[in-house]
Amino acid sequence: MFALKRKTTGEVIFDLANNVFMLCICFITLYPIWYVLINSFNDGKDAMLGGIYWWPRMFTFKNFEAVFASPGIMQAMWITVAKTLVGVVAHVFFTAMVAYALSRKDLVGGKVYILMGTVTLFFGGGLIPSYLLIRDLHLLENFWVYIIPVLFSFFDLIILMTFFREIPEGLEEAARIDGANDWSIFLRIVLPVSMPVLATIALFHGVYQWNDYFTGMIYINNESLQPIQTYLYRVVAQSSSSQMMVAVQGSALTKTVTSQSIKLATMVVTTLPIVFVYPFLQRYFVKGMMIGSIKG
Amino acid sequence: MKNNRTEGGAIPLQMDPMIPEGMKNSLNPRHKLWRRIVAQRHLQTMALLGVVWMFIFNYIPMYGIIIAFKEFNIVKSISEAPWVGLTHFREFLADDNFGNVMRNTLGISLIKLFIGFPLPIIFALFLNEIRSIRYKKAIQTISYLPHFLSWVVLGGILATWLADVGIVNHVLMALNVIDQPITYLAEPKHFWTIIITSDIWKELGWSAIIYLAAIAGVSPEMYEAATIDGAGRFQKMWFVTLPSIKSTISILFILAVSGVLNSNFDQILVLRNSLNDSSSNVIDYYVYQTGLLSGRYSYSAAIGLFKSVIALILLLIANQVSKKINDTSLF
Repeated sequence: MFALKRKTTGEVIFDLANNVFMLCICFITLYPIWYVLINSFNDGKDAMLGGIYWWPRMFTFKNFEAVFASPGIMQAMWITVAKTLVGVVAHVFFTAMVAYALSRKDLVGGKVYILMGTVTLFFGGGLIPSYLLIRDLHLLENFWVYIIPVLFSFFDLIILMTFFREIPEGLEEAARIDGANDWSIFLRIVLPVSMPVLATIALFHGVYQWNDYFTGMIYINNESLQPIQTYLYRVVAQSSSSQMMVAVQGSALTKTVTSQSIKLATMVVTTLPIVFVYPFLQRYFVKGMMIGSIKG
Repeated sequence: MKNNRTEGGAIPLQMDPMIPEGMKNSLNPRHKLWRRIVAQRHLQTMALLGVVWMFIFNYIPMYGIIIAFKEFNIVKSISEAPWVGLTHFREFLADDNFGNVMRNTLGISLIKLFIGFPLPIIFALFLNEIRSIRYKKAIQTISYLPHFLSWVVLGGILATWLADVGIVNHVLMALNVIDQPITYLAEPKHFWTIIITSDIWKELGWSAIIYLAAIAGVSPEMYEAATIDGAGRFQKMWFVTLPSIKSTISILFILAVSGVLNSNFDQILVLRNSLNDSSSNVIDYYVYQTGLLSGRYSYSAAIGLFKSVIALILLLIANQVSKKINDTSLF
């Protein structure tokens, strides 16, 4: 029915201008990332001359070889992968478990628990009291400082709880008649039908775990426990670029790579996994954001 | 009394089949409550694990705030520290850095609010007008991308771009806008621009999600009616789309207003340095600096509390104003 209607001149101009506008936004969004990508694939010494805007001038994999040859960078990557995997599984499971209990209207004390959580959304202890707590819990210089203090989030709980309340009651009733208790209902009925919302929370928390550098910076001094983002932070913000070159000292790589080119390659390696994952979860997190903002 | 014995918990573990339905209701309500709790003991365990976590990680730090009113010493416990009343708060108000820290915090946040808040709405409105669904989805996916970059990586990109031999200086010098390379991150006068631009670049597409989702819920009949009335594309945006997402905008605005004292700490920490300190030191950073770097725990906690209390007041005011004007509020 729309095809029958001819577009007016005004409409044509509007559509054209709008498309150009959107293309500009895409270009502005992508170009800075593209710039880093092509420079990371360019010979480091050559890149120092500048002028690499659209395509690598001296294409090489050497920068990435240097990254993967550096024990410091690889250890930091490993910490990041470990804290993201453990953190996501623990956070999603724990928060979903509490959310399921609180989603049940018949839970005795449910209102009090929810009030207790709502307060935490608007008021918190702040940096120093939290630091003192972490110290008293002996979580300083401890891998679990990445996991336990963010095991639970009341904000995520609201998103999960909203979703769980929409599950048809018949499903749970049927299982209960078969003699299932609340644990097995949670594990065998609720979790499997809630994959979309669990994927959303997993993505949100995964991005947090992957990108967080502050925790590693204030609670951890031991370099072998620091994640890659903290490692990069020291290189980027404190300009301790010499650290980057330590990795390749004495090898043939010093002829082509520079601390800048290794830095760019490390940034690319750190960012790629997330960039590949998020488009597949897109349809889930849009819904999650929606619930979160309305209820939050 | 019979019912008091049951508080030990041993008896109610099994429901007594001898008590008929009608009589159960006439029992002591505390007895009944206990039976319900026992019946849902698995559920209560799940909930209480969360409550214990919140008690430790949310409520103990809230109690820890009292060090703001004490002279806390790292080698002693909180309760041993002597009370000093409002000394630390008075000290902050008289602090040489107070004016500067407040100016930077509010300046950056207010500009973010007035420029950064409307832009995603405008982007969403125009993206909604793209006719091809596949093209629209592709743009959306691309627009989310920067949100998934960490501030450290973005800081690295910015440091590369803004260096004296970086692309920004190259381009501006080629265009004869400047004749000397500028070390942008070392000059305080450029800091706010960098912070605000990079924040918009990173979050524009992500912040638009919520508006796009709200727009998707607008009834197509409204647009058809507007078309029949002879409305053009801009008029439809202004008179149909925008009013339909007004409540979403209001709620996000309340949250944004209450957050004006929150700086994006991850972002500030990556981009600040001692050279641009005069325009980059914000409350959040000052709390970190006085507390964790200088070890003045009580003073730092007082500044943090000062911030939290003002944020809470702002939230309540914004909520009330929105309730009056729009009939939309958080609570």
